[in-house]
Amino acid sequence: MLNRKVSPTITDAVSFNLHLRQCEQYNLDNTIPVYSMNAGTQDVLLIEWVFEAGNWFEQKNMVAATTNFMLKNGTTHKTAFQINDHFEFYGAYLNRTCYNETATITLHCLSKHIAELLPIVTEIITSSIFPEEELAIYKQNQKQRLEVNLKKCDFIANRLIDEYIYGFHHPYGKYTSTLDYDNLNREDLQAYFHKFYTEGRCTIFTAGKVPLDLATQLNKSFGTLPLQQRTLPNIQYNHQPAEQKKYQLINDADGVQSAIRMARPFPNRHHPDYQKMQLLNNVFGGFFGSRLMSNIREEKGYTYGIHSYIQNHIGNSALLISTEAGRDVCEATISEVYKEMRILCEEPIDEEELSLVRNYMIGSVLGELDGPFQLIARWKNYMLNKLDKNYFYSSVEVIKKTGAEELQELAKKYLNPDDFYELTVI
Amino acid sequence: MIEYNRFILDNGLTVLVHEDAATPMAVVNILYDVGARDEHPEKTGFAHLFEHLMFGGSIHIPDYDEPLQRAGGDNNAYTTNDLTNYYCQLPAQNIETAFWLESDRMLSLAFSEKSLAVQRKVVCEEFKEHYLNKPYGDTWKIMRELAYTIHPYRWMTIGKELSHVENAAIDDVKAFFFKHYRPINAILVVAGNVKTEDIKRLAEKWFGPIPMGEKYLRCLPQEPVQNEARRLVKEASVPLDAFIKTWHMGARLDKNYYAADLVAEILGGGASSRLYQSLVKEQKLFSSLDCHHFGSTDAGLLAIEGKLVKGVLIDDAENAITVELQKIQEEAVTVSELQKVKNKTESIIAFEDMSIMSRASSLAMYELLGDVSLMNTELEKYQTVSSQDILRLSKEIFRESNSNTLHYLAKKG
Repeated sequence: MLNRKVSPTITDAVSFNLHLRQCEQYNLDNTIPVYSMNAGTQDVLLIEWVFEAGNWFEQKNMVAATTNFMLKNGTTHKTAFQINDHFEFYGAYLNRTCYNETATITLHCLSKHIAELLPIVTEIITSSIFPEEELAIYKQNQKQRLEVNLKKCDFIANRLIDEYIYGFHHPYGKYTSTLDYDNLNREDLQAYFHKFYTEGRCTIFTAGKVPLDLATQLNKSFGTLPLQQRTLPNIQYNHQPAEQKKYQLINDADGVQSAIRMARPFPNRHHPDYQKMQLLNNVFGGFFGSRLMSNIREEKGYTYGIHSYIQNHIGNSALLISTEAGRDVCEATISEVYKEMRILCEEPIDEEELSLVRNYMIGSVLGELDGPFQLIARWKNYMLNKLDKNYFYSSVEVIKKTGAEELQELAKKYLNPDDFYELTVI
Repeated sequence: MIEYNRFILDNGLTVLVHEDAATPMAVVNILYDVGARDEHPEKTGFAHLFEHLMFGGSIHIPDYDEPLQRAGGDNNAYTTNDLTNYYCQLPAQNIETAFWLESDRMLSLAFSEKSLAVQRKVVCEEFKEHYLNKPYGDTWKIMRELAYTIHPYRWMTIGKELSHVENAAIDDVKAFFFKHYRPINAILVVAGNVKTEDIKRLAEKWFGPIPMGEKYLRCLPQEPVQNEARRLVKEASVPLDAFIKTWHMGARLDKNYYAADLVAEILGGGASSRLYQSLVKEQKLFSSLDCHHFGSTDAGLLAIEGKLVKGVLIDDAENAITVELQKIQEEAVTVSELQKVKNKTESIIAFEDMSIMSRASSLAMYELLGDVSLMNTELEKYQTVSSQDILRLSKEIFRESNSNTLHYLAKKG
């Protein structure tokens, strides 16, 4: 007779020997480093060009993001339409994203079409022209999009909490206004493009079913470009955190929910507490079974979801708690978050809960080691943060071995309610 | 080509296994043949609320998530108008844990009053977060009610109104469970580093003893052909005027589905599509514009929606769309434009099939449609679509009398 009350025997995920697949590395003739992960069964390919061209280097708000966005909007030989039509004809996706330190161009395509696509990426990097008309359309549409977003309490809250932690003059803390778009001009974009793309610094990541001659193709298309020669300006920003800790805002008097953000500064991945904090954070609010989720969603029903996480920054970071809760239960939600912080400071996590979180985290890591795109994303993260594969193995050890006492000490250090900024936006 | 083995247990549970030795993980995906379209019009949002309750403890196991997380696994679920799908991924060694958990909640839920009380609140917050507390959040509530007069697609999965969710009672929960959550109405897919023999044994062991239940025979009122255009104007405190228009199109298994899908792609699939190039870039009437369809099992909707550039009159914007729609009905697409949307489709399929999780859910979806082997013949069907098909379908779909138009306007002052 089947006993359904007893769980089948499991292998503890913490007993797994996780192995990070090595990625291949070579340089193009002009020293551009290429990292390559040849894996997977589908005939698909990902190539990502990472430029040191994030908003860290801009002198006027939005110049970096706009330059990056408009890379697809016209070259000396092709209009925006022709560029888009070319990639779409081959079923390829050319995306671009601007971050704080870096700005990227990402190509997803079927491996068989790669030879038709690389030369156009070269053209984009060397001869984008930022047409006046395209810039005008971009400005108009972005301003309209901003106007819609400013109606959303979560959008407002995300902007403000960053400003409180880092200060508005820090790249991590600044945000956009209509005026910033009005002030953009073509000359700024061209200068930024020339300095940070055409003659900038680039790293290439490739993953998927990598064609045998990809290195040759990349070298032909990018190995002779005048990249990697310049030393980038060394810019340092001071943090200017806000003095006031608590804020309440009404953005929409009729709003039925409140966006709640609570945050404190936290060091980056090179700090010895960082990996341990990931473990503690999982217990606190890092996954569906976390204490915040169990208490505030599953026990009280105040919210559809509540999460805590460390922001993904290369420089100094922050620990954040984020949720949208019913307007009438907003205060109750905040006090429950503080209560969960206090419990972690006052009581060691019991072994049963801790072992569950360890197993869950190791299981997640195992899942994330599956598939070429996920693997290259991990390697990219390590490279951009100046880490190596030892970081992977040490983080696995930290998940497996950090004890409850050590986590309690960590909680006392980082989960003190007095250190947190607190913001609600209705 | 996605390989699979298929068998059916004595109690009617359909099982599909997709073996992939390259991954250390396994996915267990259970699809129940019930969605928002199967709800009573006065008790909408129930299928989705029920999905939440499936995590509130089953007859022998007080908590679903905890043992799964302990086994290194993670899970989620979603409800659509057509179906409800549950999936979990865990290290392949621990797959039996997923069988234990999933079979117990198929056997019977615990029907906890407390879980119901809490999840009613959680779903109400979800409702607010996604549909009430966002500008334009009620667009599709309005559009569905305009476009469908009798088919239950006229309400959203989240439900018609908060009160339907707030009033759900435990007796409704029980009745719904024993009607829909039976082996005969479910499809189990296991994918990843597994062997079919082992899965057969585990399926017999854990799911075999569950009573078959009654096959749910769906008998929904089908939407009649629409012969008169419907129009609606709504004003709200939003910053920009928005335009949304839909046309009825065929069901998922209709032979014209593939051509209709490509029509949507030609018009609005990406920055080189016709509507984007003409109306956003050249004429500068819209600041954003999109053409898509729902891929629903029963006859669906093809939609064009966008936000207007400030100062543009909505009638001018609409007329410009009409001109583009005239073109696609009158002039055959070029060979290269047709090839482009087919190439895109090939690419979308290849990228979708990358993860075992998405392979598992696709297998379940095609099995639900009636024939799992369809999954491997999709691309061929797209390849056979001709420029004549595009012309014919466009004429059929874009009749004005087949359309529903919503002008969602910014309230003045």
